[in-house]
Amino acid sequence: MIGNILGITAVIGGAFFLLVGSMGLIRLPDFFSRNHATGKSDTLGIMLVIFGMILIEGATLNSAKLFFVLIFVFLTNPTGTHALANAALRSGLKPWFRKNAGRVE
Amino acid sequence: MEPFFLYYTVVLTVIIFLPLYRVIKGPTVFDRMLGAGAIGTKTMVLILAIGFIFNRLDMFVDITLAYAVLNFIGTIAIAKFLGTEKATE
Repeated sequence: MIGNILGITAVIGGAFFLLVGSMGLIRLPDFFSRNHATGKSDTLGIMLVIFGMILIEGATLNSAKLFFVLIFVFLTNPTGTHALANAALRSGLKPWFRKNAGRVE
Repeated sequence: MEPFFLYYTVVLTVIIFLPLYRVIKGPTVFDRMLGAGAIGTKTMVLILAIGFIFNRLDMFVDITLAYAVLNFIGTIAIAKFLGTEKATE
């Protein structure tokens, strides 16, 4: 019962962080800042959701598989966003500065 | 537990629709790829919640793991492809 309460709290908190990541992906002005939003906030949100699902499920084989999914997401989601940022910087995309605020929407 | 995850799935669907704006109206191709990756990451959570609704979590966890691997491989492949050319349009 206490595991269910803690798990539901963690799942709802993870949904909040996923919402913050989506809003940052819409509202931020540059590709690199959008990359920052979806690289950190989405990773934290999905890890919180899977951790809450482990707490709800209990100690079974499914929770072990969920733990492997958590480790995989923790390793690969920042790696993918870093690879995209590296490719963008290498192909000549300029970062956004404050003095260009009139031109870059 | 099932009605909570049913409402959670509805809220999560609304959250998934937000990066679709960036996929359609991204200025560069990297923005579109970033939005597609964000949609894939959130879809993993959606598949897990559907597994809790149907009480078949043992099947849906495997689907989630395969989806995570495919999402990661796609992002890495497209980043490797775009990093070598002048593809900012």
